[in-house]
Amino acid sequence: MTTLLQQLANGIALGATIGLIALGYTMVYGIIQLINFAHGEVFMVGAFGGLAVHRWVLPESFRENWYVSLPLMLLGGMAVAVAIALIMERFAYRPLRNAPRLAPLITALGVSIVLQEAIRIWFPNADSAQPFPKAFVDSQITIIGLGPDGPEGDVSIRASQLLLVVVSIILSVLLQSYINRSKMGRAMRATAQDPDTARLMGVNPDRVIVLTFVLGAALAGVAGVLYGVDITNVDNAIGFQNGIFAFTAAVLGGIGSLRGAVIGAFIIGLIKTLGGQYMWGGTQYDYVWIFVVLILVLVFRPQGLFGEAERVRA
Amino acid sequence: MRNQTVKATVLVAGALLLAACGTNKTESGGGTSGAGCDTSKGTLVVGVIAPLSGELSALGLGIQNSADLAVKEANEKCTVKGYKLALDPQDDQKNPQQGAQAATKLSQDPNLVGVVGTLNSSVAQSVQPILAQKNIVQVSPANTSDALSKGENAAAPTRQFPTYFRTCTVDSLQGPFAAKFLVEKQGKKKIAIVTDGLTYGEGLAAAFATKAESLGAQVVTRQKIGEKDTDFSGVIAAIKPSAPDALYFGGQYPQAGPLSKQLKDAGLNIPVMGGDGIYDDKFISLGGKDGDYATSVGAPTESLDSAKAFVDAYNKAGYQDKFAAYGAFSYDAANAIINSLATTLNGGDWSEAKRADLLASVGKYSGQGATGTISFDEFGDSNNKVLTVYSVNGGKWSPAETGTYSG
Repeated sequence: MTTLLQQLANGIALGATIGLIALGYTMVYGIIQLINFAHGEVFMVGAFGGLAVHRWVLPESFRENWYVSLPLMLLGGMAVAVAIALIMERFAYRPLRNAPRLAPLITALGVSIVLQEAIRIWFPNADSAQPFPKAFVDSQITIIGLGPDGPEGDVSIRASQLLLVVVSIILSVLLQSYINRSKMGRAMRATAQDPDTARLMGVNPDRVIVLTFVLGAALAGVAGVLYGVDITNVDNAIGFQNGIFAFTAAVLGGIGSLRGAVIGAFIIGLIKTLGGQYMWGGTQYDYVWIFVVLILVLVFRPQGLFGEAERVRA
Repeated sequence: MRNQTVKATVLVAGALLLAACGTNKTESGGGTSGAGCDTSKGTLVVGVIAPLSGELSALGLGIQNSADLAVKEANEKCTVKGYKLALDPQDDQKNPQQGAQAATKLSQDPNLVGVVGTLNSSVAQSVQPILAQKNIVQVSPANTSDALSKGENAAAPTRQFPTYFRTCTVDSLQGPFAAKFLVEKQGKKKIAIVTDGLTYGEGLAAAFATKAESLGAQVVTRQKIGEKDTDFSGVIAAIKPSAPDALYFGGQYPQAGPLSKQLKDAGLNIPVMGGDGIYDDKFISLGGKDGDYATSVGAPTESLDSAKAFVDAYNKAGYQDKFAAYGAFSYDAANAIINSLATTLNGGDWSEAKRADLLASVGKYSGQGATGTISFDEFGDSNNKVLTVYSVNGGKWSPAETGTYSG
């Protein structure tokens, strides 16, 4: 019982990270029908942005207090991620906007490799794990006495995991309401529905697309820094794995749907931890169950869990 | 040769310091023959193949100098009757291709009796067949890869090259050695095992588990993680109910460090132990905590009683570079060749045909060396199995126990 609760907690924390990345995948797809495979790398770049701020920008005295250093690292991570996304959009995707759909897709794969290598070259030894500062309360919340097994029966959740979940949920809700309520949000929804008509109504598609990339990258930057704080080390390959999870979450939830991406991410987090605990093969094969579930969902509901209900509405 | 980069960096830094202090160059080849020896039959050559330049040169020069010391001592003591011995060191630049060239060059010399080297297991792979073709005995002071002597299949070991021997310990003994330490010395009875699914880690953990269980400990759970995993909360939750008092990790430091930290965070403050794959300073910076252990083959030479004479002689000889991690093993390797040569020739004449006899003598060799009693098993591996347990202490690795593994 305790183990189950512990694994549920772990799964939710993992889902929170994946969810923040998945939002970027699904928004970009909703607007320009591009699967931006480089988005996982934006997450990775964000993590290194936060690390760089801590290592090279923050004065010694600032590093002591997490409530000073963490916001600055988050800002740094977001800034770097957004800058990369802007460059990526302007120079890799915009020239290909009217090209066959395969061209930007392949370009995205190329951008992904470029970003990984750029970080490897720019950041010393980024290709092996780099310690990431624990810029948050370095403790865990232990819920005692849930099981009959004595002290081993405690469920413990790292404070940084809790932070990830809270931040992830708040940002998802904010994003949803921004898109549903604001003027730019309406423009985004219009462009997603019918870009040509939206343009006739005076929506500037370039601005909408740039904004979409910026929002997605900012979320990925936050996810990158919080992931680093939680896991306490990063390397230039973290974007690949988490990017694949996030992409899968977006597809599972119905790509194009914000709600679907977040819910899909939590489902994937839970499948990974519970599958690792209870299924054949243990934690080494936990990835398998993610893709088994993905395939099953796609067989019976090709549009994903929320794909049809909300259609493309970024 | 997994963590040599870090060790080498430290050693190179040390070597640079030394180089700055003195500029008198040591003579590398040959050695002056003692006045009273008969050297009428000419000169025989002991080859060395090691990285004498580049980032591993501190280790390589230690190998070269230590072999040189053995040659000089043999010349002074007239060990090989009628002959003077000379050293022919070749640089392999830790590069297998360069190593093959060095081996080819050495093997052209009809007066070559044997080769001390190499440092890297990868270089040994390309050197072995070339020397074997000419029946030249090779004694490595530093190759730790099991496959070099026993082949890739650990279940059905077959000797790879009749010409290959080594004085250092192989990787696969780390598991059992760790088990003895953890169970007998630390009194751990409930051990969790986590592996990364790769050959190195799986082999280490399997050998560890067998030994630990035979010593009466219980392996309470076995878990596998992905090679690229960073978040171990899932695996830790799976381990926790079995309440282990120690965790053995078969894998490398990039996973082991964070795993150790996350274990502690999850309320399981137990020692993590692993092989030389985690014996790296980065293990600590990634979250390895005080009280964690790692094994590594060999020993800090200064800690061995048997090495005192060697250390004194080496320091007295005034070499510019330190004997480094593999000096004592190289000294023993060279002596195994030289002493076997003396028995083989027994006052007779050297010819290339004698190489087969020399091989047989090395196989049967038994002598007191700097690292202990030197002799070889049926695969050419050393019977002298020296390993060391290191522990994290105040955020640094320090040797906790050096010992000889004896089954």
